[in-house]
Amino acid sequence: MTTAPQSERPDLDTHVREIVRFHFSEETGTPHWLDWAKTCGWDPKQEIKSFADIVKFPHFDGELLRTEPHERWVPRAYKDRPYTIFETGGTTGMPKQRIGWDDYKTDYEQFSASLSDESFPPGGNWLMIGPTGPRRLRLAIEHLANFRGSSCYFVDLDPRWVKKLIKTKQFDQAKAYMAHVIDQAVLILEHRKVSALFTTPKLLEELGDRMSIIDAGIKGVFCGGTTMTPQTTRFICEELLEGQAEFVPTYGNTLMGLAAHRRTLREDNYSITYYAPQPRAVLRVVDPDATDNVVDYENWGRVELTTMTNEFFMPRFLERDEALRRAPCDAYPWDGVAEVRPFGAEAATIVEGVY
Amino acid sequence: MSVPHIPVLRQGVAYTSLDQSELVGIGSDEPLARISQCNAGLIKRDLRRQDQAAAKLRALSSEQLLDICKRAGDLFLHGELPLNGEGDTQTREQYIATLSKTSGLPHVLVRRNMQKIFTVFDGMQGILTGLMRGMDTTVVETGFGEHGGIPVHYSPTTSALGVVLPSNSPGVNSIWMPAIALGIPVVLKPGREEPWTPLRIMSAFIAAGCPAEAFSFYPTDHEGSAVILERCGRTLLFGDVTVTDAYANDARVQIHGPGRSKVLIGKDEIDNWRKHLPVLLDSVAANGGRSCINASSILVPSHGDEIAAALAQELAKHKPCDPGHDDATLSAFANRKFAEFIDTKIKADIAAGGAVDVTAQHRELPRAQELTGAPYLLPTIVRCDSIEHPLAKTEFLFPFAAVVEVPHDQMVEKMGPSLVVTAITKDANLIDALTRSQDVDRLNLGPVPTSHVEWDQPHEGNLFELLYERRAIQRAKDW
Repeated sequence: MTTAPQSERPDLDTHVREIVRFHFSEETGTPHWLDWAKTCGWDPKQEIKSFADIVKFPHFDGELLRTEPHERWVPRAYKDRPYTIFETGGTTGMPKQRIGWDDYKTDYEQFSASLSDESFPPGGNWLMIGPTGPRRLRLAIEHLANFRGSSCYFVDLDPRWVKKLIKTKQFDQAKAYMAHVIDQAVLILEHRKVSALFTTPKLLEELGDRMSIIDAGIKGVFCGGTTMTPQTTRFICEELLEGQAEFVPTYGNTLMGLAAHRRTLREDNYSITYYAPQPRAVLRVVDPDATDNVVDYENWGRVELTTMTNEFFMPRFLERDEALRRAPCDAYPWDGVAEVRPFGAEAATIVEGVY
Repeated sequence: MSVPHIPVLRQGVAYTSLDQSELVGIGSDEPLARISQCNAGLIKRDLRRQDQAAAKLRALSSEQLLDICKRAGDLFLHGELPLNGEGDTQTREQYIATLSKTSGLPHVLVRRNMQKIFTVFDGMQGILTGLMRGMDTTVVETGFGEHGGIPVHYSPTTSALGVVLPSNSPGVNSIWMPAIALGIPVVLKPGREEPWTPLRIMSAFIAAGCPAEAFSFYPTDHEGSAVILERCGRTLLFGDVTVTDAYANDARVQIHGPGRSKVLIGKDEIDNWRKHLPVLLDSVAANGGRSCINASSILVPSHGDEIAAALAQELAKHKPCDPGHDDATLSAFANRKFAEFIDTKIKADIAAGGAVDVTAQHRELPRAQELTGAPYLLPTIVRCDSIEHPLAKTEFLFPFAAVVEVPHDQMVEKMGPSLVVTAITKDANLIDALTRSQDVDRLNLGPVPTSHVEWDQPHEGNLFELLYERRAIQRAKDW
């Protein structure tokens, strides 16, 4: 199947043309893409007319984010502004780095509209338990809280250290570190008034093992980071949150921003469907053996991400995830990705979800 | 007929998971059950309220629990018992046929294991007496009692016994069953191919009047197993060394790993070896050679070649046949890769020198066989030059044994850890060395197959001593 409904959406098509023009024009463009255009043998400004044309680009090589100097990613339109450097989550070794200016604020301000005031009360404090450090997430969550008139406490977890501990089979140390993280979160929750959490499923489970999340006053939990199977999601909603706090799962990373979920978890039998923040980013579920093509609805395929903002253009990056392709819904009239899990999870046991 | 669903049991309450796996028969695509899989967090959460389950069980007297065991035994052996709360049931014959399809055991061996489990139900009083060394079993009701004229106080070490079960033999379930009679609830993680036996035992207990809260049943993954091992105060762990090594120094975990059971024939009896051949054969091949109490090494001071040849000749008669046949003795492997791994390992170790596959001369076919899509390994007797050979003290999940000549006076020193040792000798020095050895868990003196079980004897540790600890008790006069 080759037709993606995204291509039928004029706003997306207009957006893709504008972004390509921005990154490939001499006035505003990005050095990396300008140089690339000299050797690719075609003119993206002329030939990219709609999102359907995005397959003219090859898959983005993620290694470039480790090797290219940051200056190569600075669009000329931004050349006099200092940038922030964000790194990807749990990578060991040289991390992928994305530079940016205001994208994270824009992404999270837009996302804020999907949160209800009842579950994430404006002015109510947030607590983030999870990877902070060089990740975009830390600033983004604080900005999201601030944008909603709230402040945010932070408890850090370094996923790179956890990965090292697990790789070297230091399971006791990994457990002790997890306990150390949760100890700090419990301390905050016992002494401060907090109404919203951001954390990962694993950390949420550990927190729920130590205290009643509901009794701690939490009304909404915003959660992301690792695979959430329908059973895990149901367990979180029914048992950890006792059916009394709203659970808002998200799929996102430094390269994309964040995808919102369809708010019908129970009706969907807790199978989470995420929708990319179009037109700024587009997710396609592609056939791993013919990645120009998307798979049919309700079929598994590899997740492909295209990010299109003035700050960052990244066409057709193959994520290390697979998902079910799901149909558009009223709130998000474009393709969704569901039951996201590590690519190849069905065939092999993959160490994931360390935090 | 629709495929039955096997739910998770959360302290007796059925729970349908959104994560379900399909269990199919060996060599077949026929689904036999959909099994709800439990996430680790859910187990963690349940175990926090395990005291409530324990209280339900403790509300019954020891006498009531023993009565329940009697009734449950009959139900287990003959009854049509619920598989779930959805109306699906299982008769005795359905149990036998289904378990055979998923575990590879022929019907005749399933029946034999059923009888073994019935014996435990029916003889629970005697088993408890054995475990408690003759003490009045009502001690577990109040914690107080008297033993040999001395006041004693026993306190439970846990509010739940965790059991991480294997798939290889239904008989292993008999090890945890006395926990219920001792007033301790169980938290069971079934083997992937063998949910049937723990399920039937639980159903029989509940149908006989045991509080359902005493049973938790969690089909789960490694993470879920780890939660059981970490959170239950006491756990029985079945598995090979790759699984059990991590818990080797954890006193809360009783390990049931490879048995590496052995038969030793002393120099005083070696000339009578032909007379003892049936004991050797039974030790190697009973229960399809699948149990940890099957002998995997036979240590003799001489006549090694003749003994190996005689064993090989007899065992070569065992061939795969229809699992429903009454003469079936071999079990199929539920996991084809496991059979392939074992076959390759034996071939490689023999190719490295120092050992000969004696059975190869007597069977017409290669060791690895297939019958109606199910993989089998034919019985194998290996003659090793040295006790140090890698096959000399190795256990596999089929009738396999190494015959090794070891000087009479070096047998105990060289044999290594052994779940069961059958010592066919009257030599006082050898018997003395065996009784003192830390390497022996169960000692059979005389021609008793390693596979023989006396139920009043502990098996790989004493369950009562795992679940209860004696504390000092001193009462003031007239208090």
